[in-house]
Amino acid sequence: MLSDTERQEIEREIVHYPRARAAVAEALMVVQRHRGWVSDEAVRDVAALLEMTPDEVEGIATFYSMVFRQPVGRHIIHLCDSVSCWIMGQETLLEHLQRKLGIGFGETTADRRFTLIPAGCLGACDLAPVMRVDDDLYGHLTPAKLDEILERYP
Amino acid sequence: MERPLTENIRPGEPPLGLREYVERGGYEGLRLALQRTPLEIQREVTESGLRGRGGAGFPTGQKWSFVPMGPDARRPKYLVVNGDEMEPGTMKDRLLLEGDPHALIESTIIASYAIEADAAYIFLRWEYSTAAERLKAALAEAYDAGYVGRAIMGSGYSLEVHLHRSAGRYMCGEESGLLNALEGKRAIPRSKPPFPQAVGLWGQPTVVQNVETICNLRHIIRHGAEWFKGLSLTGEGGTKLYGASGKVRHPGVWELPLGTPLGELLHDHAGGMLPGHRFRGLLPGGASTAFMTPDHLDVAMDFTAPQRVGTRLGTGTMIVLDDRTCPVGLMHNLLRFFARESCGYCTPCREGLPWVARTLAAIEAGDGRESDLDILDHHVRMIRAGHTFCPLAPGAMAPLESALVHFRQDFEQHIRMGACPWR
Repeated sequence: MLSDTERQEIEREIVHYPRARAAVAEALMVVQRHRGWVSDEAVRDVAALLEMTPDEVEGIATFYSMVFRQPVGRHIIHLCDSVSCWIMGQETLLEHLQRKLGIGFGETTADRRFTLIPAGCLGACDLAPVMRVDDDLYGHLTPAKLDEILERYP
Repeated sequence: MERPLTENIRPGEPPLGLREYVERGGYEGLRLALQRTPLEIQREVTESGLRGRGGAGFPTGQKWSFVPMGPDARRPKYLVVNGDEMEPGTMKDRLLLEGDPHALIESTIIASYAIEADAAYIFLRWEYSTAAERLKAALAEAYDAGYVGRAIMGSGYSLEVHLHRSAGRYMCGEESGLLNALEGKRAIPRSKPPFPQAVGLWGQPTVVQNVETICNLRHIIRHGAEWFKGLSLTGEGGTKLYGASGKVRHPGVWELPLGTPLGELLHDHAGGMLPGHRFRGLLPGGASTAFMTPDHLDVAMDFTAPQRVGTRLGTGTMIVLDDRTCPVGLMHNLLRFFARESCGYCTPCREGLPWVARTLAAIEAGDGRESDLDILDHHVRMIRAGHTFCPLAPGAMAPLESALVHFRQDFEQHIRMGACPWR
Protein backbone atom coordinates (compact mmCIF):
# COMPACT_ATOMS: atom_id res chain seq x y z
CA MET A 1 0.00 0.00 0.00
CA LEU A 2 1.22 3.48 -0.81
CA SER A 3 1.34 5.73 2.24
CA ASP A 4 -0.83 8.84 2.33
CA THR A 5 2.29 10.98 1.91
CA GLU A 6 3.47 9.00 -1.12
CA ARG A 7 0.03 9.15 -2.67
CA GLN A 8 -0.23 12.93 -2.12
CA GLU A 9 3.24 13.52 -3.57
CA ILE A 10 2.41 11.47 -6.65
CA GLU A 11 -0.90 13.25 -7.10
CA ARG A 12 0.92 16.58 -7.01
CA GLU A 13 2.91 15.37 -10.05
CA ILE A 14 -0.11 13.95 -11.89
CA VAL A 15 -1.78 17.36 -12.12
CA HIS A 16 1.04 18.57 -14.38
CA TYR A 17 -0.07 16.25 -17.17
CA PRO A 18 -3.23 15.61 -19.18
CA ARG A 19 -2.81 11.86 -18.49
CA ALA A 20 -1.89 10.30 -15.19
CA ARG A 21 0.58 7.77 -16.59
CA ALA A 22 2.90 10.59 -17.63
CA ALA A 23 3.85 10.84 -13.97
CA VAL A 24 5.07 7.23 -13.77
CA ALA A 25 8.80 8.00 -13.54
CA GLU A 26 8.15 10.62 -10.89
CA ALA A 27 5.84 8.24 -9.01
CA LEU A 28 8.52 5.56 -8.91
CA MET A 29 11.05 8.07 -7.64
CA VAL A 30 8.61 9.24 -4.94
CA VAL A 31 8.31 5.67 -3.69
CA GLN A 32 12.06 5.23 -3.86
CA ARG A 33 12.72 8.41 -1.92
CA HIS A 34 10.61 7.06 0.95
CA ARG A 35 11.64 3.39 0.86
CA GLY A 36 15.06 3.35 -0.78
CA TRP A 37 13.92 1.06 -3.59
CA VAL A 38 10.87 -0.08 -5.59
CA SER A 39 9.42 -3.47 -4.68
CA ASP A 40 7.07 -5.65 -6.75
CA GLU A 41 4.26 -4.54 -4.49
CA ALA A 42 5.10 -0.87 -5.09
CA VAL A 43 5.08 -1.47 -8.84
CA ARG A 44 1.55 -2.87 -8.54
CA ASP A 45 0.41 0.01 -6.32
CA VAL A 46 1.81 2.67 -8.64
CA ALA A 47 0.18 0.88 -11.59
CA ALA A 48 -3.20 0.93 -9.85
CA LEU A 49 -2.92 4.62 -9.01
CA LEU A 50 -1.91 5.61 -12.57
CA GLU A 51 -4.36 3.24 -14.27
CA MET A 52 -1.57 1.27 -15.90
CA THR A 53 -0.86 -2.46 -15.87
CA PRO A 54 1.92 -3.66 -13.54
CA ASP A 55 3.81 -4.84 -16.64
CA GLU A 56 3.76 -1.36 -18.11
CA VAL A 57 5.12 0.11 -14.89
CA GLU A 58 7.74 -2.64 -14.69
CA GLY A 59 8.80 -1.77 -18.25
CA ILE A 60 9.42 1.80 -17.13
CA ALA A 61 11.03 0.87 -13.82
CA THR A 62 13.59 -1.39 -15.48
CA PHE A 63 14.26 1.10 -18.28
CA TYR A 64 15.55 3.90 -16.08
CA SER A 65 18.92 3.56 -14.42
CA MET A 66 17.91 5.58 -11.35
CA VAL A 67 15.04 3.29 -10.37
CA PHE A 68 16.25 0.51 -8.06
CA ARG A 69 14.28 -2.72 -8.33
CA GLN A 70 16.17 -4.39 -5.50
CA PRO A 71 17.18 -3.18 -2.04
CA VAL A 72 20.22 -0.93 -1.95
CA GLY A 73 22.54 0.34 0.76
CA ARG A 74 22.01 3.45 2.87
CA HIS A 75 24.16 5.47 0.48
CA ILE A 76 24.51 5.21 -3.28
CA ILE A 77 27.89 5.83 -4.87
CA HIS A 78 27.51 6.73 -8.52
CA LEU A 79 30.99 6.61 -9.98
CA CYS A 80 31.14 8.20 -13.42
CA ASP A 81 32.68 5.77 -15.91
CA SER A 82 32.30 7.89 -19.05
CA VAL A 83 35.12 9.05 -21.25
CA SER A 84 36.47 12.19 -19.57
CA CYS A 85 36.57 10.53 -16.17
CA TRP A 86 38.15 7.44 -17.74
CA ILE A 87 40.94 9.59 -19.23
CA MET A 88 41.48 11.18 -15.81
CA GLY A 89 41.95 7.92 -13.94
CA GLN A 90 38.50 6.54 -13.14
CA GLU A 91 39.76 2.93 -13.36
CA THR A 92 42.20 3.52 -10.48
CA LEU A 93 39.33 4.87 -8.38
CA LEU A 94 37.15 1.89 -9.20
CA GLU A 95 39.92 -0.55 -8.22
CA HIS A 96 40.42 1.38 -5.00
CA LEU A 97 36.70 1.32 -4.19
CA GLN A 98 36.44 -2.39 -5.00
CA ARG A 99 39.34 -3.17 -2.67
CA LYS A 100 38.14 -0.87 0.08
CA LEU A 101 34.47 -1.87 0.04
CA GLY A 102 34.82 -5.42 -1.23
CA ILE A 103 32.11 -4.89 -3.86
CA GLY A 104 31.91 -4.30 -7.59
CA PHE A 105 29.46 -2.34 -9.70
CA GLY A 106 25.86 -3.25 -8.90
CA GLU A 107 26.69 -4.64 -5.45
CA THR A 108 26.01 -3.59 -1.86
CA THR A 109 28.37 -3.90 1.10
CA ALA A 110 27.52 -6.55 3.68
CA ASP A 111 26.77 -3.85 6.29
CA ARG A 112 24.35 -2.27 3.76
CA ARG A 113 26.20 1.03 4.01
CA PHE A 114 27.08 1.52 0.33
CA THR A 115 25.82 0.43 -3.07
CA LEU A 116 28.23 1.06 -5.96
CA ILE A 117 26.78 1.89 -9.37
CA PRO A 118 28.36 3.14 -12.62
CA ALA A 119 27.02 6.48 -13.82
CA GLY A 120 26.85 7.80 -17.36
CA CYS A 121 28.52 11.18 -17.81
CA LEU A 122 27.51 13.37 -14.84
CA GLY A 123 28.07 16.64 -16.71
CA ALA A 124 31.02 17.75 -14.61
CA CYS A 125 33.83 16.68 -16.95
CA ASP A 126 35.93 19.73 -16.05
CA LEU A 127 36.15 18.26 -12.53
CA ALA A 128 36.94 14.70 -13.70
CA PRO A 129 37.11 12.16 -12.25
CA VAL A 130 33.79 12.65 -10.46
CA MET A 131 31.18 10.72 -8.49
CA ARG A 132 27.90 11.36 -6.77
CA VAL A 133 27.24 10.07 -3.27
CA ASP A 134 23.49 10.32 -2.76
CA ASP A 135 22.75 13.87 -4.01
CA ASP A 136 26.26 15.27 -3.55
CA LEU A 137 28.71 15.71 -6.42
CA TYR A 138 32.46 15.34 -5.84
CA GLY A 139 35.22 16.11 -8.33
CA HIS A 140 39.01 15.96 -8.75
CA LEU A 141 38.91 12.60 -6.98
CA THR A 142 41.94 10.68 -5.80
CA PRO A 143 41.95 7.47 -3.74
CA ALA A 144 42.86 9.49 -0.62
CA LYS A 145 40.09 12.01 -1.24
CA LEU A 146 37.65 9.17 -1.82
CA ASP A 147 38.46 7.68 1.58
CA GLU A 148 37.93 11.00 3.27
CA ILE A 149 34.60 11.66 1.50
CA LEU A 150 33.15 8.23 2.30
CA GLU A 151 33.78 8.86 6.01
CA ARG A 152 31.00 11.47 5.85
CA TYR A 153 28.41 8.80 5.00
CA PRO A 154 27.90 6.55 8.06
CA MET B 1 33.55 40.75 -25.37
CA GLU B 2 29.86 40.21 -24.65
CA ARG B 3 28.82 37.09 -22.75
CA PRO B 4 25.02 37.28 -22.63
CA LEU B 5 24.39 33.66 -21.62
CA THR B 6 26.66 33.74 -18.60
CA GLU B 7 26.47 37.43 -17.61
CA ASN B 8 24.56 36.62 -14.41
CA ILE B 9 26.51 33.51 -13.48
CA ARG B 10 28.84 33.81 -10.50
CA PRO B 11 30.90 30.64 -10.10
CA GLY B 12 30.53 29.05 -6.69
CA GLU B 13 27.64 31.28 -5.69
CA PRO B 14 23.90 30.68 -5.77
CA PRO B 15 22.02 32.06 -8.79
CA LEU B 16 20.27 35.42 -8.85
CA GLY B 17 16.89 35.51 -7.14
CA LEU B 18 13.97 37.18 -8.88
CA ARG B 19 14.57 40.70 -7.53
CA GLU B 20 18.23 40.81 -8.49
CA TYR B 21 17.48 39.18 -11.83
CA VAL B 22 14.88 41.83 -12.67
CA GLU B 23 17.22 44.62 -11.53
CA ARG B 24 19.71 43.39 -14.11
CA GLY B 25 17.22 43.52 -16.96
CA GLY B 26 15.58 40.19 -16.32
CA TYR B 27 12.11 39.57 -17.82
CA GLU B 28 12.63 42.65 -20.03
CA GLY B 29 12.95 40.34 -23.04
CA LEU B 30 9.64 38.75 -22.13
CA ARG B 31 7.95 42.14 -21.71
CA LEU B 32 9.18 43.21 -25.16
CA ALA B 33 8.20 39.88 -26.71
CA LEU B 34 4.63 40.15 -25.45
CA GLN B 35 4.29 43.53 -27.20
CA ARG B 36 4.90 41.83 -30.53
CA THR B 37 3.02 39.06 -32.33
CA PRO B 38 4.27 35.45 -32.16
CA LEU B 39 5.03 35.54 -35.89
CA GLU B 40 7.12 38.69 -35.43
CA ILE B 41 9.14 36.84 -32.77
CA GLN B 42 9.59 33.93 -35.15
CA ARG B 43 10.83 36.28 -37.88
CA GLU B 44 13.33 37.94 -35.55
CA VAL B 45 14.72 34.58 -34.45
CA THR B 46 14.91 33.31 -38.04
CA GLU B 47 16.83 36.46 -39.05
CA SER B 48 19.20 36.02 -36.11
CA GLY B 49 20.39 32.71 -37.59
CA LEU B 50 20.11 30.96 -34.20
CA ARG B 51 20.84 27.26 -34.57
CA GLY B 52 20.38 24.43 -32.07
CA ARG B 53 23.13 24.11 -29.46
CA GLY B 54 22.23 20.56 -28.40
CA GLY B 55 24.31 18.86 -31.08
CA ALA B 56 22.30 18.80 -34.29
CA GLY B 57 22.50 22.52 -35.13
CA PHE B 58 19.05 22.80 -36.68
CA PRO B 59 17.95 26.42 -37.35
CA THR B 60 15.50 27.42 -34.61
CA GLY B 61 13.35 29.73 -36.74
CA GLN B 62 12.92 27.02 -39.34
CA LYS B 63 11.99 24.50 -36.63
CA TRP B 64 9.26 26.83 -35.39
CA SER B 65 7.97 27.51 -38.92
CA PHE B 66 6.52 23.99 -39.12
CA VAL B 67 4.24 24.57 -36.10
CA PRO B 68 0.62 25.19 -37.14
CA MET B 69 -0.24 28.74 -36.09
CA GLY B 70 -3.32 30.93 -35.72
CA PRO B 71 -6.85 30.43 -34.43
CA ASP B 72 -7.43 27.23 -36.44
CA ALA B 73 -4.28 25.47 -35.20
CA ARG B 74 -4.72 22.34 -33.15
CA ARG B 75 -4.54 22.91 -29.40
CA PRO B 76 -2.98 22.40 -26.99
CA LYS B 77 0.55 23.02 -28.26
CA TYR B 78 3.66 22.28 -26.24
CA LEU B 79 7.16 23.60 -25.78
CA VAL B 80 9.66 21.19 -24.28
CA VAL B 81 13.09 22.18 -22.97
CA ASN B 82 15.60 19.37 -23.35
CA GLY B 83 17.64 19.45 -20.16
CA ASP B 84 18.65 15.80 -20.34
CA GLU B 85 22.31 16.62 -20.89
CA MET B 86 24.17 13.30 -20.81
CA GLU B 87 26.41 13.37 -23.87
CA PRO B 88 29.77 12.15 -22.57
CA GLY B 89 32.17 15.05 -22.17
CA THR B 90 29.39 17.64 -22.09
CA MET B 91 28.85 19.91 -19.09
CA LYS B 92 27.55 23.14 -20.58
CA ASP B 93 23.79 23.07 -19.95
CA ARG B 94 24.35 22.31 -16.28
CA LEU B 95 26.17 25.65 -16.00
CA LEU B 96 23.09 27.49 -17.30
CA LEU B 97 20.55 25.39 -15.39
CA GLU B 98 22.32 25.88 -12.07
CA GLY B 99 23.75 29.31 -12.74
CA ASP B 100 20.79 31.32 -14.03
CA PRO B 101 17.45 29.48 -13.74
CA HIS B 102 15.37 32.64 -14.27
CA ALA B 103 17.10 33.21 -17.61
CA LEU B 104 16.02 29.74 -18.74
CA ILE B 105 12.47 30.30 -17.52
CA GLU B 106 12.19 33.72 -19.21
CA SER B 107 13.46 32.38 -22.52
CA THR B 108 11.21 29.32 -22.22
CA ILE B 109 8.18 31.61 -21.95
CA ILE B 110 9.35 33.59 -25.00
CA ALA B 111 9.77 30.39 -27.05
CA SER B 112 6.35 29.21 -25.90
CA TYR B 113 4.77 32.52 -26.87
CA ALA B 114 6.42 32.37 -30.30
CA ILE B 115 4.68 29.08 -31.09
CA GLU B 116 1.54 29.92 -29.06
CA ALA B 117 2.17 27.01 -26.70
CA ASP B 118 -0.29 26.31 -23.91
CA ALA B 119 2.14 24.50 -21.65
CA ALA B 120 5.88 24.06 -21.37
CA TYR B 121 7.84 21.22 -19.79
CA ILE B 122 11.42 21.52 -18.64
CA PHE B 123 12.76 17.97 -18.98
CA LEU B 124 15.64 17.55 -16.56
CA ARG B 125 17.84 14.52 -15.97
CA TRP B 126 17.59 13.11 -12.45
CA GLU B 127 21.25 13.57 -11.59
CA TYR B 128 20.98 17.36 -11.96
CA SER B 129 19.48 17.70 -8.50
CA THR B 130 21.00 21.12 -7.75
CA ALA B 131 19.52 22.44 -10.98
CA ALA B 132 16.16 20.90 -10.04
CA GLU B 133 16.07 22.70 -6.67
CA ARG B 134 17.08 26.02 -8.18
CA LEU B 135 14.63 25.77 -11.08
CA LYS B 136 11.82 24.83 -8.73
CA ALA B 137 12.52 27.87 -6.53
CA ALA B 138 12.82 30.21 -9.53
CA LEU B 139 9.64 28.84 -11.08
CA ALA B 140 7.71 29.47 -7.86
CA GLU B 141 9.00 33.06 -7.81
CA ALA B 142 8.05 33.55 -11.47
CA TYR B 143 4.53 32.24 -10.86
CA ASP B 144 4.09 34.53 -7.83
CA ALA B 145 5.25 37.55 -9.80
CA GLY B 146 2.92 36.84 -12.73
CA TYR B 147 5.62 35.96 -15.28
CA VAL B 148 4.15 32.48 -15.62
CA GLY B 149 0.52 31.41 -15.35
CA ARG B 150 -2.63 33.22 -16.41
CA ALA B 151 -2.47 36.52 -18.38
CA ILE B 152 1.30 36.90 -18.17
CA MET B 153 2.37 40.47 -17.33
CA GLY B 154 -1.17 41.68 -18.03
CA SER B 155 -1.13 40.33 -21.60
CA GLY B 156 -3.66 37.97 -23.12
CA TYR B 157 -1.11 35.14 -23.07
CA SER B 158 -1.28 32.32 -20.53
CA LEU B 159 1.23 29.52 -20.02
CA GLU B 160 1.87 26.77 -17.51
CA VAL B 161 5.50 25.74 -17.03
CA HIS B 162 6.26 22.40 -15.37
CA LEU B 163 9.50 20.83 -14.27
CA HIS B 164 9.82 17.13 -15.14
CA ARG B 165 12.60 15.19 -13.49
CA SER B 166 13.49 12.14 -15.54
CA ALA B 167 14.99 9.00 -14.05
CA GLY B 168 18.22 8.59 -15.96
CA ARG B 169 18.71 7.36 -19.51
CA TYR B 170 20.77 8.79 -22.39
CA MET B 171 17.98 8.02 -24.87
CA CYS B 172 15.78 10.63 -23.19
CA GLY B 173 17.99 13.28 -24.77
CA GLU B 174 16.90 12.21 -28.25
CA GLU B 175 13.93 14.37 -29.17
CA SER B 176 11.36 11.70 -29.96
CA GLY B 177 12.53 9.41 -27.17
CA LEU B 178 12.17 12.35 -24.82
CA LEU B 179 8.54 12.83 -25.89
CA ASN B 180 7.79 9.17 -25.20
CA ALA B 181 9.45 9.48 -21.79
CA LEU B 182 7.39 12.56 -21.00
CA GLU B 183 4.23 10.63 -21.85
CA GLY B 184 5.19 7.95 -19.34
CA LYS B 185 6.49 5.43 -21.87
CA ARG B 186 9.91 3.89 -22.41
CA ALA B 187 12.18 6.37 -24.16
CA ILE B 188 12.31 4.63 -27.52
CA PRO B 189 12.51 6.77 -30.66
CA ARG B 190 9.56 7.56 -32.89
CA SER B 191 9.51 7.32 -36.64
CA LYS B 192 9.87 10.66 -38.44
CA PRO B 193 7.87 11.96 -40.24
CA PRO B 194 5.58 13.05 -38.74
CA PHE B 195 7.81 15.57 -36.99
CA PRO B 196 7.00 16.74 -33.46
CA GLN B 197 5.99 20.20 -34.68
CA ALA B 198 2.95 18.51 -36.27
CA VAL B 199 2.53 15.40 -34.12
CA GLY B 200 4.45 15.61 -30.87
CA LEU B 201 3.61 15.29 -27.20
CA TRP B 202 0.32 13.38 -26.86
CA GLY B 203 -0.02 13.79 -30.63
CA GLN B 204 -0.12 17.58 -30.37
CA PRO B 205 2.13 20.19 -32.06
CA THR B 206 5.36 20.34 -30.06
CA VAL B 207 8.77 21.98 -30.24
CA VAL B 208 11.73 20.46 -28.38
CA GLN B 209 14.68 22.74 -27.76
CA ASN B 210 18.04 22.45 -26.02
CA VAL B 211 18.72 24.51 -22.87
CA GLU B 212 21.52 26.62 -24.34
CA THR B 213 19.55 27.32 -27.52
CA ILE B 214 16.56 28.51 -25.52
CA CYS B 215 18.67 30.75 -23.28
CA ASN B 216 19.65 32.90 -26.28
CA LEU B 217 16.07 33.99 -26.95
CA ARG B 218 15.64 36.69 -24.32
CA HIS B 219 18.79 38.40 -25.61
CA ILE B 220 17.73 38.18 -29.27
CA ILE B 221 14.43 39.84 -28.38
CA ARG B 222 16.09 42.58 -26.33
CA HIS B 223 18.92 43.41 -28.70
CA GLY B 224 17.73 42.20 -32.09
CA ALA B 225 18.86 39.81 -34.81
CA GLU B 226 21.65 42.09 -36.10
CA TRP B 227 23.24 42.34 -32.67
CA PHE B 228 23.09 38.54 -32.31
CA LYS B 229 24.74 37.99 -35.67
CA GLY B 230 27.49 40.41 -34.70
CA LEU B 231 28.39 38.34 -31.63
CA SER B 232 29.91 35.52 -33.68
CA LEU B 233 33.20 35.57 -35.54
CA THR B 234 31.93 33.87 -38.68
CA GLY B 235 28.44 35.20 -39.26
CA GLU B 236 26.44 32.25 -37.94
CA GLY B 237 25.28 34.27 -34.96
CA GLY B 238 25.72 34.35 -31.22
CA THR B 239 28.12 33.06 -28.64
CA LYS B 240 28.68 29.41 -27.79
CA LEU B 241 29.45 27.61 -24.58
CA TYR B 242 32.68 25.79 -25.37
CA GLY B 243 34.46 23.48 -23.01
CA ALA B 244 37.32 21.06 -22.62
CA SER B 245 38.07 18.00 -20.54
CA GLY B 246 40.93 15.53 -20.51
CA LYS B 247 44.63 16.16 -19.85
CA VAL B 248 44.59 19.91 -20.42
CA ARG B 249 45.83 22.53 -17.95
CA HIS B 250 42.50 24.28 -17.43
CA PRO B 251 39.47 22.09 -18.09
CA GLY B 252 36.32 24.18 -18.03
CA VAL B 253 33.42 25.81 -19.85
CA TRP B 254 33.65 29.25 -21.47
CA GLU B 255 31.21 31.47 -23.35
CA LEU B 256 32.98 32.71 -26.49
CA PRO B 257 32.01 34.03 -29.91
CA LEU B 258 30.69 31.28 -32.15
CA GLY B 259 33.41 30.44 -34.67
CA THR B 260 36.33 30.67 -32.24
CA PRO B 261 39.20 28.67 -33.81
CA LEU B 262 39.97 25.27 -32.36
CA GLY B 263 43.57 26.17 -31.57
CA GLU B 264 42.48 29.18 -29.54
CA LEU B 265 40.08 27.01 -27.52
CA LEU B 266 42.75 24.43 -26.85
CA HIS B 267 45.71 26.72 -26.14
CA ASP B 268 44.29 30.01 -24.81
CA HIS B 269 41.23 28.80 -22.93
CA ALA B 270 42.06 25.21 -21.97
CA GLY B 271 45.66 26.32 -21.37
CA GLY B 272 47.20 23.66 -23.61
CA MET B 273 48.20 20.18 -22.52
CA LEU B 274 49.32 19.22 -19.04
CA PRO B 275 53.10 19.12 -18.70
CA GLY B 276 54.49 15.89 -20.15
CA HIS B 277 51.48 15.29 -22.37
CA ARG B 278 51.30 15.74 -26.13
CA PHE B 279 48.08 16.56 -28.00
CA ARG B 280 46.97 13.77 -30.35
CA GLY B 281 43.38 14.60 -31.17
CA LEU B 282 40.02 15.59 -29.75
CA LEU B 283 36.32 14.95 -30.07
CA PRO B 284 35.07 18.51 -30.59
CA GLY B 285 31.51 18.30 -29.32
CA GLY B 286 30.80 15.31 -27.15
CA ALA B 287 31.24 11.59 -27.72
CA SER B 288 29.19 11.46 -30.94
CA THR B 289 31.52 13.61 -33.03
CA ALA B 290 34.50 12.57 -35.18
CA PHE B 291 38.11 13.25 -34.12
CA MET B 292 39.94 16.42 -35.01
CA THR B 293 43.75 16.37 -35.05
CA PRO B 294 46.71 18.78 -34.80
CA ASP B 295 46.08 19.54 -38.49
CA HIS B 296 42.75 21.15 -37.62
CA LEU B 297 43.76 23.85 -35.13
CA ASP B 298 42.83 26.63 -37.56
CA VAL B 299 39.26 25.41 -38.02
CA ALA B 300 36.63 27.95 -36.91
CA MET B 301 34.34 26.12 -34.49
CA ASP B 302 31.02 27.17 -35.93
CA PHE B 303 28.40 24.89 -37.51
CA THR B 304 29.85 24.80 -41.04
CA ALA B 305 33.65 24.70 -40.88
CA PRO B 306 34.00 21.48 -38.81
CA GLN B 307 31.83 19.69 -41.38
CA ARG B 308 34.40 20.48 -44.03
CA VAL B 309 36.94 18.38 -42.11
CA GLY B 310 34.49 15.53 -41.52
CA THR B 311 33.21 16.31 -38.06
CA ARG B 312 30.60 18.45 -36.31
CA LEU B 313 30.45 21.21 -33.71
CA GLY B 314 28.14 18.92 -31.70
CA THR B 315 27.73 20.24 -28.18
CA GLY B 316 30.91 22.34 -28.40
CA THR B 317 32.56 20.68 -25.41
CA MET B 318 35.69 18.85 -26.46
CA ILE B 319 37.25 15.69 -25.10
CA VAL B 320 41.01 15.84 -25.50
CA LEU B 321 43.16 12.78 -26.23
CA ASP B 322 46.81 12.91 -25.20
CA ASP B 323 49.76 10.66 -26.05
CA ARG B 324 49.69 8.89 -22.67
CA THR B 325 46.08 7.75 -23.11
CA CYS B 326 45.28 4.73 -25.27
CA PRO B 327 42.98 5.56 -28.20
CA VAL B 328 41.72 1.96 -28.33
CA GLY B 329 40.87 2.07 -24.63
CA LEU B 330 39.13 5.38 -25.16
CA MET B 331 37.06 3.97 -28.02
CA HIS B 332 36.17 0.96 -25.90
CA ASN B 333 34.99 3.27 -23.14
CA LEU B 334 32.79 5.21 -25.58
CA LEU B 335 31.29 2.14 -27.22
CA ARG B 336 30.59 0.50 -23.88
CA PHE B 337 28.63 3.62 -22.93
CA PHE B 338 26.64 3.67 -26.17
CA ALA B 339 25.93 -0.07 -25.98
CA ARG B 340 24.72 0.30 -22.39
CA GLU B 341 22.49 3.23 -23.28
CA SER B 342 20.98 1.69 -26.41
CA CYS B 343 17.23 1.52 -25.86
CA GLY B 344 17.12 -1.81 -27.70
CA TYR B 345 14.44 -0.76 -30.13
CA CYS B 346 16.25 -1.31 -33.42
CA THR B 347 18.59 -4.14 -34.29
CA PRO B 348 21.73 -2.38 -35.62
CA CYS B 349 22.04 -0.51 -32.34
CA ARG B 350 20.93 -3.25 -29.92
CA GLU B 351 23.09 -5.96 -31.51
CA GLY B 352 25.74 -3.96 -33.33
CA LEU B 353 27.00 -1.72 -30.53
CA PRO B 354 27.68 -4.55 -28.03
CA TRP B 355 29.48 -6.45 -30.79
CA VAL B 356 31.69 -3.45 -31.51
CA ALA B 357 32.26 -2.88 -27.78
CA ARG B 358 33.29 -6.54 -27.27
CA THR B 359 35.61 -6.40 -30.26
CA LEU B 360 37.29 -3.27 -28.90
CA ALA B 361 37.55 -4.88 -25.45
CA ALA B 362 39.30 -7.86 -27.02
CA ILE B 363 41.78 -5.69 -28.91
CA GLU B 364 42.49 -3.60 -25.80
CA ALA B 365 43.00 -6.77 -23.74
CA GLY B 366 45.49 -8.11 -26.25
CA ASP B 367 43.17 -10.76 -27.67
CA GLY B 368 42.58 -8.97 -30.98
CA ARG B 369 42.98 -10.52 -34.42
CA GLU B 370 43.65 -8.95 -37.83
CA SER B 371 40.06 -9.72 -38.83
CA ASP B 372 38.75 -7.62 -35.93
CA LEU B 373 39.61 -4.47 -37.85
CA ASP B 374 37.40 -5.72 -40.68
CA ILE B 375 34.59 -6.26 -38.19
CA LEU B 376 34.97 -2.69 -36.96
CA ASP B 377 35.15 -1.27 -40.50
CA HIS B 378 32.07 -3.28 -41.43
CA HIS B 379 30.04 -1.90 -38.53
CA VAL B 380 31.12 1.65 -39.31
CA ARG B 381 29.76 1.14 -42.84
CA MET B 382 26.54 -0.56 -41.78
CA ILE B 383 25.47 1.36 -38.67
CA ARG B 384 24.72 4.71 -40.19
CA ALA B 385 21.89 7.19 -40.57
CA GLY B 386 19.04 5.60 -42.48
CA HIS B 387 19.78 2.13 -41.09
CA THR B 388 18.70 2.98 -37.54
CA PHE B 389 15.67 4.64 -36.00
CA CYS B 390 17.55 7.44 -34.27
CA PRO B 391 21.00 9.07 -34.26
CA LEU B 392 22.36 7.17 -31.20
CA ALA B 393 24.17 4.36 -33.02
CA PRO B 394 25.35 6.43 -36.02
CA GLY B 395 26.61 8.93 -33.42
CA ALA B 396 28.56 6.12 -31.76
CA MET B 397 30.20 5.27 -35.09
CA ALA B 398 31.42 8.83 -35.76
CA PRO B 399 34.36 8.76 -33.31
CA LEU B 400 35.14 5.12 -34.18
CA GLU B 401 35.27 5.72 -37.92
CA SER B 402 37.69 8.62 -37.45
CA ALA B 403 39.75 6.74 -34.84
CA LEU B 404 40.21 3.90 -37.34
CA VAL B 405 41.66 6.47 -39.75
CA HIS B 406 43.76 8.66 -37.46
CA PHE B 407 44.90 6.01 -34.95
CA ARG B 408 44.88 2.89 -37.11
CA GLN B 409 48.51 2.16 -36.30
CA ASP B 410 47.56 2.00 -32.60
CA PHE B 411 44.86 -0.59 -33.28
CA GLU B 412 47.31 -2.60 -35.40
CA GLN B 413 50.01 -2.35 -32.75
CA HIS B 414 47.64 -3.77 -30.11
CA ILE B 415 46.85 -6.73 -32.34
CA ARG B 416 50.50 -7.32 -33.32
CA MET B 417 51.83 -7.08 -29.74
CA GLY B 418 48.91 -8.95 -28.21
CA ALA B 419 48.78 -6.25 -25.54
CA CYS B 420 47.96 -2.61 -24.92
CA PRO B 421 51.21 -0.62 -25.13
CA TRP B 422 49.86 1.84 -22.55
CA ARG B 423 49.29 -0.73 -19.82
